Amino acid sequence: MATFDHPFLPNAGAPIRKIMLEAIGVASIDELYSDIPSQVRTNRALKVDWLPSEQEVKSHLDNVLAENKSASDMPIFLGAGVYNHYLPAAVKAILARTEFQTSYTPYQAEISQGLLQSLFEFQSMIADLTQMDAVNSSLYDGSTALGEAARMASRATGRKKILVPEGLHPGKFSVLKNYTEPAGIGIETFRYDRETGGLEKGDLVSKVDRDTAAVYCEVPSFFGVLDPEVVNVPSICHVKGALSIVGFDPVSLGGLKPPGEYEVDIVIAEGQSISTEMNFGGPALGIIGCRGENLIRQLPGRLIGMTTTFDEKERAFSMVLQTREQHIRREKATSNICTNEALFAIGAAVYLSLLGPQGLRQLFESILVKTGYAIKMLSEIPGVVVPRFRDPHYQEFVISFKGARGTLARLNKSLLGHGVHGGKSLVKDFPELGESALFCVTEVHSTEAIDKLRLLIEKFLEA
Amino acid sequence: MFHQAKWDEPLLIERSAAGKKGHNPTRPSDIERKVVGHDPWNNVPKALLRNGLPPLPEVSEPEVVRHYTRLSQENFAVDLGIYPLGSCTMKYNPKVSETIAQNPKLEKIHPEQDESTVQGILALLHRLDEFLAEITGMSRMSLQPVAGAAGEYLGALIMRAYHKSKGELEQRREMIIPDSAHGTNPASAAMAGFNVIVVPSNGEGTVDLEALRKVAGPKTAGLMITNPNTLGIFEKNVLQIAEAVHDAGGLLYYDGANFNAILGKVRPGDMGFDIVHLNLHKTFATPHGGGGPGAGPVGVRKDLERFLPVPLVGFDGKKYFFDYDVPHSVGKVTAFHGNIGVLVRAYAYILSLGPDGLKAVAETAVLNTNYVLAKVLEHSKFELPFSPRRKHEFVLSAKKINERTGVRALDIGKRMLDWGLHSPTVYFPQIVEEAMMVEAPETESLRDLDELVEAFIRVGKEADSDPERLRSAPHNTSVGRIDEVKASHPKTLTLKWNIPNARDNTP
Repeated sequence: MATFDHPFLPNAGAPIRKIMLEAIGVASIDELYSDIPSQVRTNRALKVDWLPSEQEVKSHLDNVLAENKSASDMPIFLGAGVYNHYLPAAVKAILARTEFQTSYTPYQAEISQGLLQSLFEFQSMIADLTQMDAVNSSLYDGSTALGEAARMASRATGRKKILVPEGLHPGKFSVLKNYTEPAGIGIETFRYDRETGGLEKGDLVSKVDRDTAAVYCEVPSFFGVLDPEVVNVPSICHVKGALSIVGFDPVSLGGLKPPGEYEVDIVIAEGQSISTEMNFGGPALGIIGCRGENLIRQLPGRLIGMTTTFDEKERAFSMVLQTREQHIRREKATSNICTNEALFAIGAAVYLSLLGPQGLRQLFESILVKTGYAIKMLSEIPGVVVPRFRDPHYQEFVISFKGARGTLARLNKSLLGHGVHGGKSLVKDFPELGESALFCVTEVHSTEAIDKLRLLIEKFLEA
Repeated sequence: MFHQAKWDEPLLIERSAAGKKGHNPTRPSDIERKVVGHDPWNNVPKALLRNGLPPLPEVSEPEVVRHYTRLSQENFAVDLGIYPLGSCTMKYNPKVSETIAQNPKLEKIHPEQDESTVQGILALLHRLDEFLAEITGMSRMSLQPVAGAAGEYLGALIMRAYHKSKGELEQRREMIIPDSAHGTNPASAAMAGFNVIVVPSNGEGTVDLEALRKVAGPKTAGLMITNPNTLGIFEKNVLQIAEAVHDAGGLLYYDGANFNAILGKVRPGDMGFDIVHLNLHKTFATPHGGGGPGAGPVGVRKDLERFLPVPLVGFDGKKYFFDYDVPHSVGKVTAFHGNIGVLVRAYAYILSLGPDGLKAVAETAVLNTNYVLAKVLEHSKFELPFSPRRKHEFVLSAKKINERTGVRALDIGKRMLDWGLHSPTVYFPQIVEEAMMVEAPETESLRDLDELVEAFIRVGKEADSDPERLRSAPHNTSVGRIDEVKASHPKTLTLKWNIPNARDNTP
């Protein structure tokens, strides 16, 4: 029988195999597989590639990835849920600690205090930032967090309708649909004001009824709009016995009012921007929090609590309220989630600890100023409407072109040819906005990059 | 002698003092400020303006780094020692994969970039799809699900779509699941709107075929099963199981949690499965991150491809592209393309091992586990209910020890922590009393395995000689036995409720 020595496989070589097979009392490895029906066994080598040395694996992957152009090669003005922020070196250093990186879910609390305390600190910081009573220790991403929030609201209210903004990321909408439809929860949209970009209050009020489990709003909105009307949504909901869900941008809470202060019941967020790089959209970090004991008992996923040792001499941490979860409650669990994004919850805790109150406020201000600068510069180009909406903007804004159909696609292509990646086209998903795109500016976009963008658009439109 | 680090590390908020900071974020340039002109804060609607500063700790960078580095030292990990957690496949995570994943050409690409600028990652994903389809014996994969349970959920959504396309969804509301299954199976099925029908195990610890035939019928949507099952036993009647489900018009779902046992030896597609998920953070050696991230790609047989999430990655002979042309697609299960960072690591792992290496992974995992099992049964007082034939894991019962000494599986697990090992999975599967589920992945050396065996022998002896030592364990970890019941209240979840005066304490 052939054996295969490999650096990852200490016992695969012939001499050690022999010792072990003897201890087991079998003649060969095949004997350990003899209960597999012979007609289904794989009697040929799998058709997968093999590179025999570590160096070859590394070089191959470097070569494959070299075909990508990244934000290190060109300015990229894309956002729409995944953001290019500067990730402090200390965040990366902590996440590279393999004591965190290569550990499992902390089922054995006594030997996992470091992870548990870090996750508890994450929960506490996000709860403080949003003014919620509890935050879980992570979901997959912002889109599944919305799906879970909708199901949670439906369970808590016994109602089967969720209202979401018309202006929602199409991917997020699709995920929401997959989380709600099997539970018999219907999704309805409420309109945005074509002038201000804010929600159309009349339309929303007319749609909130006694079947409504919750209304979902985003601050800033998908279009980057800061809509003051959002603070009134919770009372619109509560009058009808519905709940209010808000999707927030973590960095923006350096300057924006915490949702808990305007009586929001459930908050969700995509936490990628404060914990990890873009990585083509994943892994990300789903955040969910809520107010009130009843809702806490409906939360999906793992919760970490502060307790003591049995002798009460020491503070300690452990997973709590596990009777909500699938490994105990099985089909009656609040969610099927098991594996989550714990590592990036630690990343977010480190990030928020580093920035602190002043840093987060300053970062919010930087992005606010840069957004204002980009809008101002681009608005001076003839033939361009920016911002498309009248309400104030943070980090993202819609830019519309007066040109014929296909203008935006041609512009984005032209920009790429000059080493700049334009914004996300809205042409297909939001046809009412015509030749429009969603552009994003964060602290990583230099004045020069924004100026270059302006110059290139100007030249393109002149041509 | 193992002694875990103990720092008595306070919460970071308790190190906070006014005026300290840990990071200087980039400020706007003078020209940007000048062009914007007025105070930028005037641009924020008053109703949305935060009153004062966000309540976060004020600490310096060295304090933050020291705090979390100390906490990391109070944490067990694969890089520190053996992790015999059954059904979790806690194998070594190769360092080359980490190095590869730090490439800015991966980290700094945005999911909505133009296809022409991401040909590298698209080529990789396309190839990974082919590799995983070949490894599982399926026709096509979706790389979108970000965890095992997310894969299960997608599988259940595909079953819905399939039965709906045949006009039978209203009638087919039952998902059959063995009593030995992971909790995620019934939870995923229920989330997808199915009623869970539990099928019992027989005396051998495998699915009771007669019981299955009785419950399979016109109401059956499908069956979710792991093979080998959670007892580590291969379901040798798998072809009859498949036939029973298919004859009833249902679909067969393979939960890849235990795939490490059969990698390169037998493929789910060849056993009759219609839908399969893999846990890349188990079988394909990507780090588990203290609970996540993971990745749970889902493979399907040919005629189910039309239901897969969009987009898939296509290749036209020259360029890779996002393929949205999936006629009956269920839509999306995550906003973008999945946990790409995890997928890249798994791809590197496959290349590092190749066809012979992958087969050696399964064989060595099964060898390791059977070695530990043989030694433990020979030298200790633990019992092994059901058939002795095991693959990558086995489940011992501490029932007899418990009856004699009062010591429980929980106590035994806690005592094992004292010797620098992780505990086996305890109290699962629920069909074994005082269960201790042990998995010895292929990356553990003979010496590590012998230490694990020695721990079982020693703990068995101690149960008789000094049961109190076990009941009060662990003694060498950062903290002693924790009162988890006391913590089970919403008020333990955040500082807001925990430390009076830490900040505004209004409920």
